[in-house]
Amino acid sequence: MSTEIAPAPQGTVAEEQRPRIAVSALTTNLREYGLIIALIVIMLFFQFTTSGTLFKPVNLSNLVQQNSFIIVMALGMLLVIVSGYIDLSVGSVAGFIGALAANMMVIWQLGPLSNPLVVSIVCLIVGGLIGAAQGYWIAYHRIPSFIVTLAGMLIFRGICQALLGGGSSVGPLPDDFKALSSGFIPDVIGPLTLIPPTVNAAGKTIIGSGLTLHMTTIVLGLIAVLAYAYFGVRTRRKRERHGYEAEPFPLFVIKTLVASALALFLVYEFASYRGLPVVLLVMGVLISLFVFVTKRMTIGRRIYAMGGNPKAAQLSGINTERLTLMVFINMGVLSALGGLIIAARLGQAVPAAGLGSELDVIAAVFIGGASAMGGVGQVIGAVVGGFIMGVMNNGMSIMGVNVDWQQVVKGLVLLGAVIFDVYNKNKA
Amino acid sequence: MTSTILEMRDITKTFPGVKALSNVNLSVEEGEIHAVVGENGAGKSTLMKVLSGVYPSGTYDGQIIFQDQECHFKGIHDSEHKGIVIIHQELALVPMLSIAENIFLGNENAKFGVIDWNANEARTGALLKKVGLKEDPKTLITNIGVGKQQLVEIAKALSKEVKLLILDEPTASLSEKDSQALLDLLLEFKRQGMTSILISHKLNEVNRVADKVTVIRDGRTIETLVKKDISEDRIITSMVGRSLDDRYPPREPDIGEVVFEVKNWSVYHPIHAERQVIKGIDLNVRKGEVVGIAGLMGAGRTEFAMSLFGRSYGRHITGEVLFKGKQVDVSSVSKAVEHGIAYVTEDRKTYGLNLIDHIKHNITLANLGGVSRHSVIDDLRELSVANDYRKKTNIRASSVYQMTGNLSGGNQQKVVLSKWLFADPEVLILDEPTRGIDVGAKYEIYTIIARLAAEGKAIVVISSEMPELLGITDRIYVMNEGRMVGEMPAADASQEKIMRAIVRGEGKAA
Repeated sequence: MSTEIAPAPQGTVAEEQRPRIAVSALTTNLREYGLIIALIVIMLFFQFTTSGTLFKPVNLSNLVQQNSFIIVMALGMLLVIVSGYIDLSVGSVAGFIGALAANMMVIWQLGPLSNPLVVSIVCLIVGGLIGAAQGYWIAYHRIPSFIVTLAGMLIFRGICQALLGGGSSVGPLPDDFKALSSGFIPDVIGPLTLIPPTVNAAGKTIIGSGLTLHMTTIVLGLIAVLAYAYFGVRTRRKRERHGYEAEPFPLFVIKTLVASALALFLVYEFASYRGLPVVLLVMGVLISLFVFVTKRMTIGRRIYAMGGNPKAAQLSGINTERLTLMVFINMGVLSALGGLIIAARLGQAVPAAGLGSELDVIAAVFIGGASAMGGVGQVIGAVVGGFIMGVMNNGMSIMGVNVDWQQVVKGLVLLGAVIFDVYNKNKA
Repeated sequence: MTSTILEMRDITKTFPGVKALSNVNLSVEEGEIHAVVGENGAGKSTLMKVLSGVYPSGTYDGQIIFQDQECHFKGIHDSEHKGIVIIHQELALVPMLSIAENIFLGNENAKFGVIDWNANEARTGALLKKVGLKEDPKTLITNIGVGKQQLVEIAKALSKEVKLLILDEPTASLSEKDSQALLDLLLEFKRQGMTSILISHKLNEVNRVADKVTVIRDGRTIETLVKKDISEDRIITSMVGRSLDDRYPPREPDIGEVVFEVKNWSVYHPIHAERQVIKGIDLNVRKGEVVGIAGLMGAGRTEFAMSLFGRSYGRHITGEVLFKGKQVDVSSVSKAVEHGIAYVTEDRKTYGLNLIDHIKHNITLANLGGVSRHSVIDDLRELSVANDYRKKTNIRASSVYQMTGNLSGGNQQKVVLSKWLFADPEVLILDEPTRGIDVGAKYEIYTIIARLAAEGKAIVVISSEMPELLGITDRIYVMNEGRMVGEMPAADASQEKIMRAIVRGEGKAA
């Protein structure tokens, strides 16, 4: 009869589901694992070619301090690209914000308004306003983001240079402000000396000898790793309790152990130097926040939906105009933060600050697996992509590779990563 | 005397993990119209891709014999060279180029790369005459309707000295009138001796023009029917592998008070501000009632529904929307959803789904609040919701983590439906809910509609298939040129009555 018409050949699906989930867990995460493995391979390669310099604690600190602004901006750029847009202005906005901050602190003498903290907050707000100004045209007037932000790139680089009075630089910036980039978190627990430093004949300690650990860093690192493992196990338990298959247990254990070991290794490295760089902490907090927002929050989901199919998103009740505006405001704030980090690291504002960095930022996001068509991309991917760029910069510089050739190599890596992606997608 | 022009023998094509075709046989005689029918995913398109060389020789097993020669096509160029031309369901025209430019794209009358426009346009003119299209060859594709675009595609095929014309769902997006014209054209070609293969879902069309029908099911040839045996019921039985006693699920309407009411709704065209698209429409739907909107393509039905749904179409929208007697604000999609209105689009790929995301994320998109707390999504709740709806609407997929882009049309439609069911609307507007999906899935969609009505939802179904409206609705509105030109209980309605209302309405408008 008519009720039998709907065919339901589903009896076999449940039994087939188990191995399939294992396979799909592997294949869907392959991109992410592959990327992290690529980063590790690249790091080992440079560790070898720089005869061990790369992993020296002091160099790791440098590496983080040199590249943090790229990664901070890549977080914003990821959302922009996932939404289906592009932002070419981030380098110029960063430069402009650096110039603004330097002027507020050094030249303009604004009294309490020249306080580094106040200046930073004002600068972040200005960054947000810049993002809003650009996002407004993109969201509500449907001007292509490429064009709006290309204009922004010219405009803010120009203002940056004008603020700095032509070609000069403004500085030096206050030490409190520089701590954002070059500072380390204070050791509230107190150092632990494992091997006392060697004392030379003059009674002074030889720098770099002995082994003293920055205990606050160690404790923070341990807490972070334990929390990571705890939440991993908890989510797993919860899934299983509800009768859903989680990823295979051995895979989970290996993943957690490898990630924890890597993290602890890095923590140890930092602790044996001067502790956790402030900027790494800032970056870490931001990365966690963005992972959470993209993976767990409704706004993150809406951004992916908008990038995947804007019309369908709109017809599902998503206010795509406002969402676009918010994505660009976020990008503006992060560009401003990037600008502050650059200025703090250099100790002054220079006209070329952030010049060309938009390309590094965009490259990081694409190396991280985002799609230029929108709708696809992961925060972790962008972060790892940023580190791949950073490690290559750092490693090649130590090796003494000419800057010109460094660009060639970076370009090839970007192209290779995207070709790899497209190839994989077509195969699947 | 007829002779076999094409013979496909024991075609087997495997994709990783799936056998798409197994030992399919197809034999087409010269000068006939041969229909290939089957449910979505049965393997029709794969078969045509094998034939046209999209899947090159060597990637499949079996033989293709065309005009007594065994062929090994390496690509679409090889098959076109032999005179086999395929017109795909999705038209492959460049919108901002002219008709002439499109027809000779890649095949221009040119010397040393310099195009002879006069020759191009003259030949285009001749071709357009052949297909009965009265348009200037210089007209841009974007400025002509879908029906005419289809004719341009056919003209393009004719420009290539075609011996075997393959049409893949040619009338899927055409109005009744354009479809008829197209079918007449096919018959005309047949009189001139051309052979064609027609792939179609619309069995009445197949019934009308085909000399033979080959039915494919689950990648196998089931049978080939000759003219005298062809009937819709016969084809359906063969397609689904069981007899369809009833194409529409039985239902006992339990109709309550008016839930949803639209008064004097008017909408202007979004670009041509002076053109009124919707002209003062009144409509009401009762609790538990299924109301249909009939009309020809271009009557303004979709525009009406989309303008109601958060002003997603048009400008200068005026009129009132009442929900349970109280006027409500539907000026944005989220407000409309909040007031319990949902609109399931006719174009699921463009407006309904995020094709690069999986089923789970698509189902919850219109009601993320339902699976989250303080804007944080509860992953497990979302998963159980998705699994629940997957079961309720019988979505056939390996899991809810399958990309919606990889699903068949029927299953995609069920995902879109699930999305809106999860938003828990009181009023559900379904725009062409069964377009381009196969018979089995259609029945499932009808069952879902019947169940929703039984649960007390008010349902509006927009459809160009009159038998469908007659089969599943309680009351039918007839729309033409932006006006409601008729309203009748489904029990009294017939295709003739609906057509008469449309024609009368046309007279009124003029």
